[in-house]
Amino acid sequence: MRFPLAFAAAQLCAGIAVAQEIPPSERRSGTNFMSAETQAIQADDGSNPGMLWVLQGGSLWDEPAGASRRSCASCHGEAATSMRGVAARYPAFDAASGASIDLAGKIDQCRMTRQHATSLPRESEELLGLTAYVGHQSRGMPIAPPDDARLDAARAEGKRLFQTRMGQLDLSCSSCHDANWRGRLGGSAVTQAHPTGYPIYRLEWQTIGSLQRRMRGCMVGVRAEPFAYGSAEFVALELYLAERAAGLAIETPAVRP
Amino acid sequence: MSVAKHKFRVGRRGLILVGGAGLLVLALPPARALTRPSLQEAVNGFTGGTPVETGKVKLDVPPLVENGNAVGVTVTVESPMTAGDHVRRIALFNEKNPQADVAVFTLGSRAGRARIATRIRLATSQTLIAVAELSDGSYWSSSANVIVTLAACIEDLS
Amino acid sequence: MSRTLVSVPKTARAGEVIDIRAMIAHPMETGYRMGPNGQAIPRKIIRHFACDYDGEEVFSAEFHPAMSANPFVAFSTVATKTGTLTFRWTDDDGKVETASAEIAVS
Ligand code: HEC
Ligand code: HEC
Repeated sequence: MRFPLAFAAAQLCAGIAVAQEIPPSERRSGTNFMSAETQAIQADDGSNPGMLWVLQGGSLWDEPAGASRRSCASCHGEAATSMRGVAARYPAFDAASGASIDLAGKIDQCRMTRQHATSLPRESEELLGLTAYVGHQSRGMPIAPPDDARLDAARAEGKRLFQTRMGQLDLSCSSCHDANWRGRLGGSAVTQAHPTGYPIYRLEWQTIGSLQRRMRGCMVGVRAEPFAYGSAEFVALELYLAERAAGLAIETPAVRP
Repeated sequence: MSVAKHKFRVGRRGLILVGGAGLLVLALPPARALTRPSLQEAVNGFTGGTPVETGKVKLDVPPLVENGNAVGVTVTVESPMTAGDHVRRIALFNEKNPQADVAVFTLGSRAGRARIATRIRLATSQTLIAVAELSDGSYWSSSANVIVTLAACIEDLS
Repeated sequence: MSRTLVSVPKTARAGEVIDIRAMIAHPMETGYRMGPNGQAIPRKIIRHFACDYDGEEVFSAEFHPAMSANPFVAFSTVATKTGTLTFRWTDDDGKVETASAEIAVS
């Protein structure tokens, strides 16, 4: 635990009343809170390190895999067409499992059930590459959560989790990201926690990582036991984050400190 | 996942207490820290002891950075970049990382313009210096101070 | 698998100074980090980078552990003739990765 966070969090706790949701007119991507230098790295594809994984995902897209020896491209064709807008509406309802599924989960499902290949672990280079590649095809498109009643329960659960105090610091996601998004903690902008740029290249990690890895970081920061990768809790949080960010443009791959 | 802490941050006395797991990670073997050359010694190693003049070199680096893992640096040298008068090499050195060297770039007259940009790691707030070697054998330099702040949320080791 | 990203203008006039950027996916492990078991993680970095224009080296660099992960460098060269720019990254073990880009010069 870094001391600046503990210290600043104590200050945050002192000033918190009931956190209000951010009005739509005030919603802004985390990119707006970054320094000019970080924004410049993100803005230029030739300097954005996240593009290395987008490229890697692009070559995986064309590669035959699994017992089927089929590539993603053999079924889906050009990703620029077939995957455009897909990331903007994930997580979505998955009829096969009767539950909500996020983009990385959907890609892995296709890998297992359609390519007959082994499941890719969350945070593996391959799954991050494919997710970055598919996500990148929606760059510039507004986040558009599906209007699907089968997602209501999970979305409500995500909202509840977002507003539940947790960890030794007894803070909710909302305490920071709704009530104190203008603030800074130990030098970093708190931001409104919008999932616009995932997977992101994080300077801290020196590599690319998923939204779930980012959320785990925040949970560890308040000294809570983080949810497991791919868990229903994380997908629920992702659903709520997408709803909160509806209309903001996808930026994959974003760059964060 | 990440087996190691992503810590190049040796500035805070080399000790980082990692959350959750409660592990004490020694980020830098202290013995090695003591044996690194000073900034001056590192520059001398590059110039072979030739005196370095101030000027001609412009070192652009943000005065305050959000994360020391990737600090953007641009070095520009005043030079016509002709066959007879050009920048041969540009070297970058730091004051407080475990090693003084950052990189040496070899340009030559075919570069057309004496400017390079890169991204470097800074373990803590410190001084950076850029030294240019010209085709006439002279050396020119410029330095800058950078303040490194930290990101707030950290991760477990799982 | 493509793990390199180079940007070179597709076309240029002879004599024009062109901007080039090159990046490669590489952890640039410093050798100064400790794993959770208390053992130092061995150093593994890209040590050398070079750019050739039609077989002639026009730029090179020597990297140390203080270069960022996924090292990035931007530089320039004078467009002389239509041809190929090749990029070479060499790591501590002598392993070489390459990339190339074509330029049409008028
Ligand atoms: C054998 C054919 C086949 C292969 C190979 C295949 N898919 Fe699919 N994929 C489908 C079909 C059919 C659907 C639509 C039905 C569904 O949602 O399962 C689909 C759906 C998807 C979706 C959801 C699209 C949406 O609009 O919601 C994504 C994302 C996806 N695939 C990614 C991939 C990736 C990435 C790969 C390669 C790793 C891949 N697929 C390989 C057949 C395939
Ligand atoms: C103590 C305050 C605090 C709490 C509590 C907190 N976060 Fe964060 N969060 C931060 C800070 C600070 C950052 C920005 C750090 C950075 O980018 O360097 C951040 C970043 C994020 C981001 C990245 C946004 C972007 O632009 O990419 C997301 C998503 C996020 N948090 C989600 C959550 C969720 C979900 C929870 C609850 C499980 C949570 N946070 C709890 C402080 C907090």
